Amino acid sequence: MINFQYLRTTSVKSAIALLLKDKNAKFLAGGTNLIDLMKRGVTAPEKLIDINHVPLKQIEQIGNKIHIGALATNTAVADHALIKEKLPLLSWALQAGASAQLRNVATVGGNMMQRTRCGYFYDTEMPCNKRQPGTGCGAMEGFNRMHAIFGTSEKCIAVHPSDMCVALTALDAEVVLANGKGERKIAFKDFHRLAGDTPQLDNNLKADEMIIRVEIPVNNLAKNYHYLKVRDRASYAFALVSVAAAFELNNNKITDIRLAMGGVAHKPWRLTASENFLKGKEATLSNFEKAAELAMTGAKGFGENNFKLKLAPNTIIEALNLAKSKA
Amino acid sequence: MEKKILKDDTDRVDGILKVTGQAKYFAEYELPGLTYGVLVTSTITKGKITGLDTRAAENAPGVIAVVSHLNKPSAAAYEQEGGPQMKIFYTDKIFYNGQPIAIVVANTFERATYAASLVKATYAKEEFNTDFAKALKDPKAKKLQGQADYKRGIENAYKTAEVKLEERYFLPIETHNPMELHGIIADWRPNNQVTVYAKTQGVKATQGTIANVFKIPMENIQVNSEFVGGGFGMALRTWPLEIATVMASKHIGKPVKVVITRMQMFTMVGNRPAAIQTIGLGADKDGKLTGITHRAYGETSTYENFTEGVVNMAKFMYQCDNVNTSYAIVPVDLGVPIWMRGPGEATGAFALESAIDEMAHALDMDPLDFRIKNDPETDQQKNKPFSSKNIKEAYKIGAEKIGWSNRKNKPGSLVEGPWQTGYGVSVGVFNANRGKASVKGVLKADGSLLLQSATSDIGPGTGTGMTLIANKLMKIPVNKITFELGDSSLPPAPSQGGSATLSTVGSAVNDVCVALKSAIAELAANSNMDATANFVEVLKKNNLPAIEVTKESQSGKEKDNYSMYSFSIHFVQVKVHALTGVVKVSKIVSVGDSGTIVSPKTARSQMLGGAVGGIGMALTEESIIDHRYGRYINNNFADYHVPVSADVPEIDVNFINKPDPYINPMGAKGMGEIALIGFSAAVANAVFNATGKRIRTLPITPDKVLA
Repeated sequence: MINFQYLRTTSVKSAIALLLKDKNAKFLAGGTNLIDLMKRGVTAPEKLIDINHVPLKQIEQIGNKIHIGALATNTAVADHALIKEKLPLLSWALQAGASAQLRNVATVGGNMMQRTRCGYFYDTEMPCNKRQPGTGCGAMEGFNRMHAIFGTSEKCIAVHPSDMCVALTALDAEVVLANGKGERKIAFKDFHRLAGDTPQLDNNLKADEMIIRVEIPVNNLAKNYHYLKVRDRASYAFALVSVAAAFELNNNKITDIRLAMGGVAHKPWRLTASENFLKGKEATLSNFEKAAELAMTGAKGFGENNFKLKLAPNTIIEALNLAKSKA
Repeated sequence: MEKKILKDDTDRVDGILKVTGQAKYFAEYELPGLTYGVLVTSTITKGKITGLDTRAAENAPGVIAVVSHLNKPSAAAYEQEGGPQMKIFYTDKIFYNGQPIAIVVANTFERATYAASLVKATYAKEEFNTDFAKALKDPKAKKLQGQADYKRGIENAYKTAEVKLEERYFLPIETHNPMELHGIIADWRPNNQVTVYAKTQGVKATQGTIANVFKIPMENIQVNSEFVGGGFGMALRTWPLEIATVMASKHIGKPVKVVITRMQMFTMVGNRPAAIQTIGLGADKDGKLTGITHRAYGETSTYENFTEGVVNMAKFMYQCDNVNTSYAIVPVDLGVPIWMRGPGEATGAFALESAIDEMAHALDMDPLDFRIKNDPETDQQKNKPFSSKNIKEAYKIGAEKIGWSNRKNKPGSLVEGPWQTGYGVSVGVFNANRGKASVKGVLKADGSLLLQSATSDIGPGTGTGMTLIANKLMKIPVNKITFELGDSSLPPAPSQGGSATLSTVGSAVNDVCVALKSAIAELAANSNMDATANFVEVLKKNNLPAIEVTKESQSGKEKDNYSMYSFSIHFVQVKVHALTGVVKVSKIVSVGDSGTIVSPKTARSQMLGGAVGGIGMALTEESIIDHRYGRYINNNFADYHVPVSADVPEIDVNFINKPDPYINPMGAKGMGEIALIGFSAAVANAVFNATGKRIRTLPITPDKVLA
């Protein structure tokens, strides 16, 4: 057997201490992706540090921010009254992800840390720059129906598979990271990376850091919102394209708006240009269409995923339509 | 609680065993000294193994042996000249990527898994092609006749018809993917005594294959397969992985268990072959079909030919004097396909029933009226009357239940916001088979009846059906009847496939019951008892603990006089999202015309399963290969999309339930295949009706709808 050490810890401090001792150690939370990766031979950590007993499951409002611990399960967050009331977009995005069984064990931190679902990444007999830098990208000229249309590099066109992260990006969340010296905070939208020349790096988490929580500012976006996920079957399928849309309406004028897309890039894809366009405008179909068009600047297909060039703007329009009709 | 006699909502007789975990599947047998085998697979697509370094594996903890073509025990059949067929694993040749090349046996599954990763093969690679469409276009690629060409009347008559169409239809590879992984436990003992616990649709077939490969007597081999966690056709043969396991057991002298991985399910146990089909239809302006041409190409492997009944339906389903068909198979460097539910007929029905809908549209006719107008009274192919056929009644029932009158003939007429609603219909048809089987019946003085036959139950409810046949004839309560199957030592029966088990084995059950009844009547008469006396009294009076009868049963000349088919009609309502291309099947009405329904509950379940499989075929299922490497890309349950509950709407199942007067004593025809056949066309037709978009390539995913 490929042996590994299993360690269990109950505090952030000791978790980080263990991590500092061994660079080949990995945290084990829900394990819904990591265990698969180990079974497929994609990763072989020498140590698994079980952090499930670290008290990081809180879901609470502190001041004008909602704090969600890194170890809160996807189900716990999605079903929590506070989240349903104040951040329903997040609840919906979580419900759209994976299956009930997976959501019951998958955690917020683990959701952020999950690797791409690109088939070339998982098959150790095939080329993949993310798994093994320098071997090439199998998807570029291969099966790329699920792959990115934004922010791609010559090295990698994989997408980040999360739904939750799309909503958190839209909601201006921040990530709190702990390290040996203390804590630091980064914007959620800066947590994940584009592939660039280092597709093996999914995010900006440093080797000695641990995700301890996300903080989401309370907003006025709980009325007109929608998370629309287009996929090949009605549940338990990754997004072809997904859109998180939420806005604040005053006399049919959009005073605040958040738009982000999933299934289109190596990271959750915030649609800043579209947001800026819609801010102050009326919530009309023609404005939605113009916003969707703006969102597509720089989009590029790779063959099998060319349909996303049409599906993505359509999904933005429909998500905005549904958000509008929700009130 | 005593079950009522002749109750027709009888539950599955083994249902409680299944839902409480008491039903034992092959992998659950704990044999003394059991070892665990894991298969090493090829990582090239075509060529030869030039070296196999097994030292590291052999030295790994817990490893007992590594068996490969280099050290395998001799299998007499493979030493003879002839087809390479099952020679996979037995030779150094590589026919496809993911082929088993060695088996590592260890004292735990985990150790075997690890050691298998240490086996290093070197290869001499050869050029290959796994792309069926590419092979079809290549004039140099082999195309083999898969079925004799058929012609009635004028060839390609459609070309000169008043109204004509010619279209091509594409079906990708589908993989059966039953929940239960494939595998086997093999125990080869001294004196060539072999016991296996298998996942098989035919215990006698497995027994026969092992006997044939190793040239040992049938009676040396015991095959057990009482419960099977889904087969859908993939367990209709004994695969190289199973032979490899038997070889490993023979080599080490201990029982070996192999359960393959989900990924290996894509390369070791067959698939529904990809198909490209052209349909030509001609009709006069009044909507009478004047020409049907069905030309099909199916994918096969380079080492073995696989054919199925892709073009059968075109020959008799519609009244038409001019029909011609052809069917060829095209070898590619993939594992050999095998029948998958509905098999070739489901592939063919997708094309034919899509084309029929296209013709109705071209004629501006309701597709249901068009079908009724061209419904034949007799089988023009065989020139015989149908033994029974109630299609028109089935059309009527289904149309009413789905609300066909709400359908508009003009596509894209029913719009509500972004959602477009459409209705579709399709017919399914499959040979009503009846083979030869034997059943033993033991009628006991304790009031019970034991029935035994070496048949299988991969899920349709064989035991329940047989029990109900006996229940009806013997007036013995269901809970006093036991039907034993899945054991090769029982009286022989064919494999469970082609919707034939109920008809075949059920007939033998019938004959056994009739014989038992007359034996009791004779005993009653001889002992001066009333002819209607209860068998318990009769047996007691005669001091007999039991009487037993074994009967072999098969069809007679009725088979020559009639054309026998089971029919189904599938109606679906779909909703298609204009902006996202998402298709939701919102309502299903299926009507089965398969003679008497012996076991209503399990029959209904068959139809439900067929509809779910049909949704998969129509909307979600496709096994994707990167042809540059010859490897599957989506070989797991996250990426190979079997429909989930959220994809499945209410399914309204209906049966005509009229006995077929000829096929067998029950008047019952098979229905496992018809539950699926045609379903995908009904969905494609409904999508067209909703949107005006004709999609001829399955599955109908959002990208195709948006294109």
